[in-house]
Amino acid sequence: MSPSPASSPPVYAVRNYLNTPATGLRSWLTTRDHKRIGVMFLVAVTVAFAVGGFFAMLIRVEHLTPGPTIMDAMTYNRVFTLHGVVMIFLFMIPAIPSGFGNFLLPIMVGAKDVAFPRLNLLSFYLYLLGAGIALWGMIHGGADTGWTFYTPYSTTTSSKVVPILLGAFVLGFSSILTGLNFIVTTHTLRAPGITWTKLPLFVWSIYATSVIQILATPVLGMTLLLVAIEHAFGWGIFDPARGGDPVLFQHFFWFYSHPAVYIMILPAMAVISEVVCAFSRKNIFGYKAVAYSSLGIAFVGFFTWGHHLFTSGQSPYDAGIFGALSMFVGIFTAIKVFNWVATMYKGSIDFKTPFIYFLGFLFFLFFGGMTGIALATVSLDIHWQDTYFVVAHFHFIMVGSTMMAFLAALHYWWPKMTGRMYSERWALVAAVFIILGFVFTFLPQFLLGNEGMPRRYFSYPERYWALNVASTAGASVLAIGFTIVLGYILVALRYGAVAGPNPWGSRGYEWLTPSPPPLENFDVLPAFERGPHQYHDLPAAPPTPAPGPAGEAAGASHG
Amino acid sequence: MADHAAAAPGGPHAALAHHFESLEKQGQAQRLGMWLFLATEILLFTALFAAYGVYRYLYTGAFAEASRGLATWMGGVNTFVLVTSSLTVALGLDAARQGRTRRTAGLFFLSIGLGLVFMTLKAVEYRHHFLLGELPGPSYRGHIPGSGGSLFFSLYFLITGLHAFHVLAGMTVLGVIGVKAWRGAYSAEYHVPVELAGLYWHLVDLIWIFVFPLIYLQ
Amino acid sequence: MNDLLRRLLDLPEQASQHARDVDGLHYFIVLTTLLVGLAIFATTIWFLVRFQRRGEGEATPEVQPTRWHEAVFIGVPLAFFLLWFAIGFPQYVDLTRPPPDAMDVFVQGKQWMWKFAYAGGPSSLDVLRVPAGRPVRLLITSRDVIHSFFVPALRLKQDALPGRYTETWFNADRPGRYQIFCAEYCGLSHSGMLAELVVMPASDFDDWLATQRRGLTRAQDGAPTPGEALLPGTSLVEQGRTVAAEQGCFKCHSVDGSRHIGPTFLGLYRRHERLSTGELVTADEAYITRSMMDPAAQVVADYQNVMPSFQGRMTPPEVAAVVEFVKSLANPAEQPGPSEGPAYEPIPSK
Repeated sequence: MSPSPASSPPVYAVRNYLNTPATGLRSWLTTRDHKRIGVMFLVAVTVAFAVGGFFAMLIRVEHLTPGPTIMDAMTYNRVFTLHGVVMIFLFMIPAIPSGFGNFLLPIMVGAKDVAFPRLNLLSFYLYLLGAGIALWGMIHGGADTGWTFYTPYSTTTSSKVVPILLGAFVLGFSSILTGLNFIVTTHTLRAPGITWTKLPLFVWSIYATSVIQILATPVLGMTLLLVAIEHAFGWGIFDPARGGDPVLFQHFFWFYSHPAVYIMILPAMAVISEVVCAFSRKNIFGYKAVAYSSLGIAFVGFFTWGHHLFTSGQSPYDAGIFGALSMFVGIFTAIKVFNWVATMYKGSIDFKTPFIYFLGFLFFLFFGGMTGIALATVSLDIHWQDTYFVVAHFHFIMVGSTMMAFLAALHYWWPKMTGRMYSERWALVAAVFIILGFVFTFLPQFLLGNEGMPRRYFSYPERYWALNVASTAGASVLAIGFTIVLGYILVALRYGAVAGPNPWGSRGYEWLTPSPPPLENFDVLPAFERGPHQYHDLPAAPPTPAPGPAGEAAGASHG
Repeated sequence: MADHAAAAPGGPHAALAHHFESLEKQGQAQRLGMWLFLATEILLFTALFAAYGVYRYLYTGAFAEASRGLATWMGGVNTFVLVTSSLTVALGLDAARQGRTRRTAGLFFLSIGLGLVFMTLKAVEYRHHFLLGELPGPSYRGHIPGSGGSLFFSLYFLITGLHAFHVLAGMTVLGVIGVKAWRGAYSAEYHVPVELAGLYWHLVDLIWIFVFPLIYLQ
Repeated sequence: MNDLLRRLLDLPEQASQHARDVDGLHYFIVLTTLLVGLAIFATTIWFLVRFQRRGEGEATPEVQPTRWHEAVFIGVPLAFFLLWFAIGFPQYVDLTRPPPDAMDVFVQGKQWMWKFAYAGGPSSLDVLRVPAGRPVRLLITSRDVIHSFFVPALRLKQDALPGRYTETWFNADRPGRYQIFCAEYCGLSHSGMLAELVVMPASDFDDWLATQRRGLTRAQDGAPTPGEALLPGTSLVEQGRTVAAEQGCFKCHSVDGSRHIGPTFLGLYRRHERLSTGELVTADEAYITRSMMDPAAQVVADYQNVMPSFQGRMTPPEVAAVVEFVKSLANPAEQPGPSEGPAYEPIPSK
C-alpha cells in the first residue's frame, strides 16, 4: 500500500478535497471543509501580503533621499500606517494559524473537521468583511495614525481612521472564532491513540496561540471601539482635553498587541518544530520542553505589555516588573532554540528548501530575540524606543522569523496541499534572495536606530542617507525573491511532479493520508501508534516496507 | 454556538454533525466552545471595568458624587429581577433535563418577561439622565464641575449600554430556544442548546452583578 | 576600545556619563550575543555537515535531553539576562531620580516644535541651552498630542504627554551642539519637529541667562505666550511676526514666495485664490481671519486641509497682529527677509 518513491512512481490522490464534493466556485465559497477554508485563507493572506509589501516598497523608495522623493509627508504617513495595519491584522496574525492551522490542525489530531465548521467559514467571511471595511477606509483617504492608533492623535486626526478601526475590530472576531475552534477541536476531537503527549508540536503551539487570541483580542476590540467612539463623538475616554488619559489607551492597546506578537511568532515556532524533525529525520530533543515552553510564552506574554511604555512616564517599579518578566519570554524562546539545534544532532539531515528556511528562521529569531532582551534591560530601551532599532528588532522577530516559517510551511506542506512538488532549484535561488534581502534590509536599520533615527520619519537628516539606501537596496532583493516564489509555486500548481502521500518521509500524522487529502482527511483512520516525531524505528533499507500495522494509510513507511 | 447542522441521514440523531462520533462528544465540544466564548465576553467588559477603575481613582470625588446621583433602588430592583430570571432559566434547564420541554419554554418566556422589566427600568433611568443633561462627553450638562462628571457618564453609558445590548441578545437567544423547545426540538437526551442559552443568560446576569456595585454602590 | 565599538555600532557621540554607562551595557550585550550566536551557528553548521543525509534509509537514534541539558539551557541564558537587567535597570532608575540641585527647564512639545522655558521667564523655541557639567531637570509636557523628547547623544528619551508632566534629567559634560528629535509620531511634520541642544560652558551659560533675563526686564518680552496680552512698544507688524513664529505658522507657510505645506504669505493679501471647490476668493482681512479660525472652510486648490484651527488659541489682538503682518507682505518688493522660524543646522556626524 505504501510504495517507496524509489521503486514505483508516487500517486496523486484522484479523489481529494479539491474536487469533492464539487469543484465550482460556489462549492468553495459555501464549503465547511477546514482544508478549503485554510486554502482560501492562504490565498487571501497572500494577497494582503502583496498589498502590504507594496506599501513597504513605497516607504523604502521614499527613503532613497533625505527629503521628499516620490510622495509628500501626508501620503507617507498614510502609507506607513497602511503598511502596518495590512501586514499585522491582515497578514501576520491570520497567516499561519488561519491558513496552515486550519488546513493541518484537524488532520494532525485525527479529526474529520474542526469542531464548529460553520463558525470556521464565518471566521473567513469576517476576515473578508474586516479587510473590506479597512480597504474602503484606505481608498477613501486612509488613516495617518500609525498602526498603533495612539491617542489623542488618532482621535483628533482628520483622516479616515474610523473605518480602519472598525475593520480591525471585525478582524478581531475572525481571530477569536478561529482560536475558539482550535481549542475545542484539540480538546474534543483528538482521534483515539492521540494522547496529549502524542500531539504534534505544531498543535501545541497553535493551541497556545489560540489561548492568546481568545483572551487578548476582546480587549483590543473594546479599545478600538472606544477610539472610534472618541473620534466620532468625543466622549473623552482617552482625550486629555476632556479629562481622559492617553496612556490608558497605550496600556489597553499593548495588553492585546504585545501578546499579539506571540500570536505571530508561536505559529512560526509551531512550523519550525515540525520542519526540523522531518528534515533531520529525528525525534525532537525534549518534546515536553518544546511543548510547554509554548504555553509558557503564551502565559508570560500577558504580563509584559508595559515594556512598550518605558518612556511614557510609568513608575520605575512598573518598569522593573515588566522588564524582568520580559526576560522570561526570552528564556522560553532560548529553550526552544537550543532544543531545535540539538534535534539535528545524530540526525539524517536532508538539506531541502524548508530546512534552509529553518536556518534563516533560527538566525532571525536569535538576533531578533536577543535585541529584544537588550531592549528589556530598560536603560537601553530609553535610547532605542521609537527608533529604527525597534523597527529592525520587530521586523527581525515578527516578520523575519514568521516569514521564514511561513515559507518553510509553504514548501513543506505544498505537496500535501496540492499533491505536487515545486521546483527545488528555483526554491533554493529564491531562498537565498529572500534571506539575504531580509538581512540587508534590516541590518542597516539596526545601525540607523543606534545612531538615533526615529521611526515614522518622512524626511531625515543627511547623515542617515547611506544606510537608508542600503536598506532600500536590500528590500529590492527581498521583493525579487518573493516574486520568484510566486512564479514557481504557480507553475508547480499545474506542472509540478506528482508528490505522492509522503515525499519527505515525514512521520507527521498529516503524511499518513494521501496528497491531497480526501474530504474527511483519512480514508481509514490510522491507529497513531507512533509519535509524530518518532524516527528511531525506521527500517534499515528503503525498499523494505515499515513494520507498521497492515492497512495503515499510505505513506507511513517511506524509507 | 450550537453547531448541530447536517442531519446525517439514517444517523443516530438528527442533531449529530458528521465529524463527531457521538452526541455526548458533540455536547462536550459545544459546552467548551460556549465557555470560551463567555471568557471573551468577560474580557470585553474587563476593558471597560479597568477604565472605570482608573478614572474612579483619578476622579474619586466626582465619581462618588455622580454615583450618589444614580437611583440605587432601581439598580437594586434590577439586580433582583435579573437574579430571579437566572433562577427561572435554571429551572427551565432542569425541566429540559427531565424532558418536560414545554415547561422549559414557559420558564424561558418568563425569563424574557423579567428581561423586559429590566430593560424598562433601565429605559426609565436613561430618560431621567437625559432630562438632567447627564450625558456622555461634550453633551454633559450635569452639575459636577470638571471632567469627572462627563467621564463618569461616558463610562456609565458605555458599560450599561453594552450590558443592555447583551440583555437584548440574551432575550433573543432565550426566545429562539424557547420556541424550539415548545415545538419539541429537545428532549431529555438532547438539550445542549438549552444549556448553552442558559449559560449565556447567566453570564449576562453575572456581569450585571459586577456592574451594580461598581457603578451604583459606594 | 569605547570609541572603536561606538563607531562600529554607529552610536552617536556620548555627551554624558549616562550615555557612556548605557553604551557600556550595549557593548557587553552585543559582544556576548555575537559570541553566543557564533557558537550556536557554528554548532548548527557542524551538525549540518556532520549529519548530512548519506542514504535514503538512514536510521537515527532517539536522543532525549537529560536534566543536566535542561538546567544548562535554562540557567545560562537566565543568568545572563538577569545580569544585564541588573545593570540596565539601575541606570534607568537613576534617570527617574534627578539630583536636588538640578536646574529646571520646562519643555513643551506642540505640533511641530519644542519650546523651552527657564525659571525666571526666558524661553526659546527649538534651541535648548544648558550649562555643561551641571544637572538639568526637564519637566516635559505637550499642548496637543503625544510627543517624545529624544536626545540621541544623551541616550535620553521621555514622552511629552498632554495634560500632565513627565520628568527626566541629564548632566551633559561636553560642550557642543546636539540633535533633539521628536520620537513619538505626532502628525504631518513629525520628522520636522527638530530642535537643538546647545551645551555651553557653565560660565557662558550664566552670562547668556543673565542677558536673557535683563533683556526680558527691559522689553518685558521674551516670546509672548498665546493668551497673554500683546506688549506695547513694537509695531503691530513686528508683533504679528512674533505671534506667527510662536504659533508655528512658518512651519507650513513661507514668507519668501516658496510653496510649502500651505500657501506662502508673500503677496497673499488681496490675491485672488482659487479654492478646492473651484470658487474664486479674494484674500482680504476677513478671509485671512477665517482661515485661522476655521481652516477647513475655504481651502486653496491643490493644498491639503491639514491646518489646525486657532480658534481660542490666539487672542483677538494677536489675530489682528498676524493679519497686519500678512498684509505687510502684500507687496513682494517689501520682503521682510527670510522666515524667523528656528534655523536648524544639522550636527556634523564627524
